[in-house]
Amino acid sequence: MSSQPSRFAKTHEWVAVDGDVATVGITEFAVKLLSDLVFVDLPKIGKKVTAGEPFGEIESVKHVSDLYAPVSGEVIEVNTPLANNLEWLQQDPHAKAWMIKVKMSDPTQVNALLDAAAYAAHCENEAH
Amino acid sequence: MAYLFRTPQQQTEMLQTIGVPSIDELLTQIPAGLQHCGLLNLPPALTEIELEQHVRKLAADSVGAATRTCFLGGGAYDHFIPSVVDEITGRGEFYTAYTPYQAEASQGSLQAFFEYQSLICELTGLDVSNASLYEGGSAISEAVTMAMRSTDRRGNVVLCGGVHPEAVQVVKTHVLHLDTDVRVAPLVNGVTDHAALAKLVDDQTAAIVVQDPNVLGALEDVAAVSALAHQHGALCIVAFDPLSLGVLKRPGDRGADIAVAEGQSLGIPLQFGGPYLGVLACRNEFVRKLPGRLIGQTVDRNGKRCFVLNLQAREQHIRREKATSNICTNQGLMALRATVYLASMGPQGLREVAELCCQKAHYAAEKLTAVPGLKLLSTAPFLKEFALTSDKPAAHWQAKAEAAGFDIGPCLNRLPAIAGMSAADRDRAFLVAVTECRTKDDIDRLAAALSC
Amino acid sequence: MRNTQAVQLLSELSHTGRRAETFPPADVPTRSLNEMIPADFLAAQPPQLPELTEPDVVRHYVNLSTLNMSVDTHFYPLGSCTMKYNPKRHERLAKLPGIIDVHPYQSPANMQGLLAILYETQEMLAEIAGLPAVSMQPAAGAQGELTALLVASAYFRDKGEHRTKVVFPASAHGTNPASAAIAGFDCIQLPATANGFIDLDALRKAVDKNTAVFMVTNPNTLGLFEPDIAAAAQILHDAGGLVYIDGANMNAIMGITRPGDFGGDMMHYNVHKTFTGPHGAGGPGSGPIGVRDFLKDYLPGPIITKTTAAEGAVTYDLTTPVKSIGRVRTHFGNVGILLRGYFYLRTLGAQGVRDAAEQAILNANYLKAILAPVLNVPMGKYCLHEFVASASDVLKSRGISAMEIAKRLLDFGFHAPTVYFPLVVPEALMMEPTETESKETLDAFAAAVQMILEEDPEFLKLAPHTLPISRPSDVQAARQPVLKWTPCLRD
Repeated sequence: MSSQPSRFAKTHEWVAVDGDVATVGITEFAVKLLSDLVFVDLPKIGKKVTAGEPFGEIESVKHVSDLYAPVSGEVIEVNTPLANNLEWLQQDPHAKAWMIKVKMSDPTQVNALLDAAAYAAHCENEAH
Repeated sequence: MAYLFRTPQQQTEMLQTIGVPSIDELLTQIPAGLQHCGLLNLPPALTEIELEQHVRKLAADSVGAATRTCFLGGGAYDHFIPSVVDEITGRGEFYTAYTPYQAEASQGSLQAFFEYQSLICELTGLDVSNASLYEGGSAISEAVTMAMRSTDRRGNVVLCGGVHPEAVQVVKTHVLHLDTDVRVAPLVNGVTDHAALAKLVDDQTAAIVVQDPNVLGALEDVAAVSALAHQHGALCIVAFDPLSLGVLKRPGDRGADIAVAEGQSLGIPLQFGGPYLGVLACRNEFVRKLPGRLIGQTVDRNGKRCFVLNLQAREQHIRREKATSNICTNQGLMALRATVYLASMGPQGLREVAELCCQKAHYAAEKLTAVPGLKLLSTAPFLKEFALTSDKPAAHWQAKAEAAGFDIGPCLNRLPAIAGMSAADRDRAFLVAVTECRTKDDIDRLAAALSC
Repeated sequence: MRNTQAVQLLSELSHTGRRAETFPPADVPTRSLNEMIPADFLAAQPPQLPELTEPDVVRHYVNLSTLNMSVDTHFYPLGSCTMKYNPKRHERLAKLPGIIDVHPYQSPANMQGLLAILYETQEMLAEIAGLPAVSMQPAAGAQGELTALLVASAYFRDKGEHRTKVVFPASAHGTNPASAAIAGFDCIQLPATANGFIDLDALRKAVDKNTAVFMVTNPNTLGLFEPDIAAAAQILHDAGGLVYIDGANMNAIMGITRPGDFGGDMMHYNVHKTFTGPHGAGGPGSGPIGVRDFLKDYLPGPIITKTTAAEGAVTYDLTTPVKSIGRVRTHFGNVGILLRGYFYLRTLGAQGVRDAAEQAILNANYLKAILAPVLNVPMGKYCLHEFVASASDVLKSRGISAMEIAKRLLDFGFHAPTVYFPLVVPEALMMEPTETESKETLDAFAAAVQMILEEDPEFLKLAPHTLPISRPSDVQAARQPVLKWTPCLRD
């Protein structure tokens, strides 16, 4: 991974930006909330995603959650091996367990997301 | 009433414990204005002996396949049901259990349904089977919506004209609001017109559905349909007759992505149309799009093999409006019937039944087409069922048969429209199905009855 | 001592050459298959099903059956499922010739007796619902919901109205939103009041000229009658919308109040719950729907009509309503289950129907009262046929969760209540004893709950301790799904 997660969505996705490409995953906080993950459904390369809309799903035994795209654009790379290595989400949610890379149609969308401090505060709030 | 335990004394004690003077007090949460005044207008209560007499009298005013000689087809057949099927499925431990949500208290049902799934996979040559759907028609409809989700195509679905026309209606009912075009390819000579079919398929087609044997009993070129579907990136859905697989190639070996069936022929009585059994199996890649329950193998805390409801996140109680289907209660007991039936038949039994049906049906076709005026509607090959036609209304032949104690049909005009057949064609045509239960004597006498 | 062979899978019991069923040789002149069917279509061999003798099959399944809990063998207070006794007198009758052997395409003239039974069933269901038109096509409750929503859709389309929304309370069964989505509606979920009831203000805000249907279970999933049901219905009717009553809880109110009388325009029955069609380890069900007169033309067919000739002769026939939405399944319906409903209703009569509901309510309130010292029921002073207890107090004080109570009850020979539903009650234990249980059984159950709450929480975490298996790993099942037998799985 070339860059670290720098921005976060309230729906617990992280974004690492490299030029106009955003790498997207879910945060450690989200992984802890979900527990007992069994399946992740990621889009195919070429899929257009829209900020705030679901791009995939993640399942635990008796729950399923949408994964929301933090930015709009086209999926140019997918972490396909993740589906068979869900333990990566526990071990290294912010790097090895990245999910998709999106070529952003509007890189300024990133600015609307939370920074690390604001996200930490948001999690603090949700935990109560 | 025989099912209530109350005694006046116990009722008083219970009310005292609750702390109310009467049951009426418990009903006060129902606004008085909404409570029904007096008793409902229902027929009087019957004791068991009265009920038995009453129902026997009514049953005597109906005559079914046990009394008459049944050559009826159209998706429900008078096949032989081994006694063991009734004995096992009548056991209260299966019969009066709920859906196996508490795995520790339901291993009997769970293992039986896992065996059902295993048998259906072997039968179809596909990777995954669910634990049952309602019946054949809604199974086709579920397969169609499953194909739409899997291919991400909503534009159209193409049905071969030989799909049971009631099932065509079911599909139309279910996709009506989706703006999905339901295209039906006409029959020619009683089978799919492949040239016409090819014209209906495009890059927005989610699936092609072919039924084999089709509603007229004729055998379809499933491999050709599958090739056409795959050429356009669509899925191939094959509706099959489970017993036909005693002799015919399996759907999975002929290019089916999803196979569905009416499972009535697997040990389920006719009982005027239901409950029957919806069978649905598919290739592994579509497993998360499957509707309905799935049983999976796992281990318990001590490492012992056991079975649980699996991949429940697909289902309505978790995914709600995004579920793969709204189905909850399925056809558990019917799946158990099919399991016991297939276990009793084994590969040889299945082959013998299919061969017997085929031999007897071909003999019947020969005898009946020797009746002056009657001829086969199609020259296509068939297995256990075929359509006859003549210059006369089908009702003419049906009346003759009925008068002699035989049931033949249905007349095609009793079914919804079939693509490629005019109303006049349908008025003149009827089906004849011949199962392993029919004898040479039955067939000879039917032919004689139609000849006079 | 259990028979350990029994839990081998069919394929593991199989031996080449064994068989249970044989058939006589063909009594017609035979031909080779190749002459009749193109070689391309023929399989080289039949599917490789397991090969077993009849004693193999019987011992296997009889042993498997003993691994189940069932109504015949255990108290089964599974909330919202109405696990009442399934009368044995239904079984012989349902298998009578003239009933079980009737082919769906027989001539109606040859099945007048059966049609008479089904017609009378249709009429009785209409009377109990207070809704005059009934279709018995749907195979289960969920299909009934979908069918009714399609009927509503057709009705609005016919009126030239394009209504897109279906509204339901958050406590609705999952089938409600799933059915609404399949019928093409947008799902609007309403919050409940603090007491778990319909929030009229929220409903008023949500309902407008685009609202097609309000789906509501009444009595609700807390086992309580919605006090504002009539007002809620009025809100819908004022906006031109329809009210759908999910009939899952009809066992509480049959003979006491009718969906048609408290504002419902459509409803479904669960014949397999309320009217004792067996549950069969997950079906078959039967989910007939009842609707108001102005919706009857849209019902799926066939329905049964009765004609009385001038000289008094009665004929029953199968007809499809003029503007029918079309079929939702092939053939008539789940007749085998409908018949059991008919036998049941004929056994009960009007007084029996009301008695059954009243006794179900008495039993539920009694169980609630005797559990009250140990388990809190947050909503409702009195309940109807079921109630939802909460283990959150004992979770706080002793670390015992609803799941642990449920699992441990199995050891005491009681099936578990429904747990963690509805979501409005934390640590929910939803109990529906039904009317066909004795005071002694309810007392024994309550005593078991009391004992469990005094047990070591660590011991409870590992419950059940005495069942054929201990707790299974759902996570392993879902991560690497094994959904059929393959030879390498043999352990």
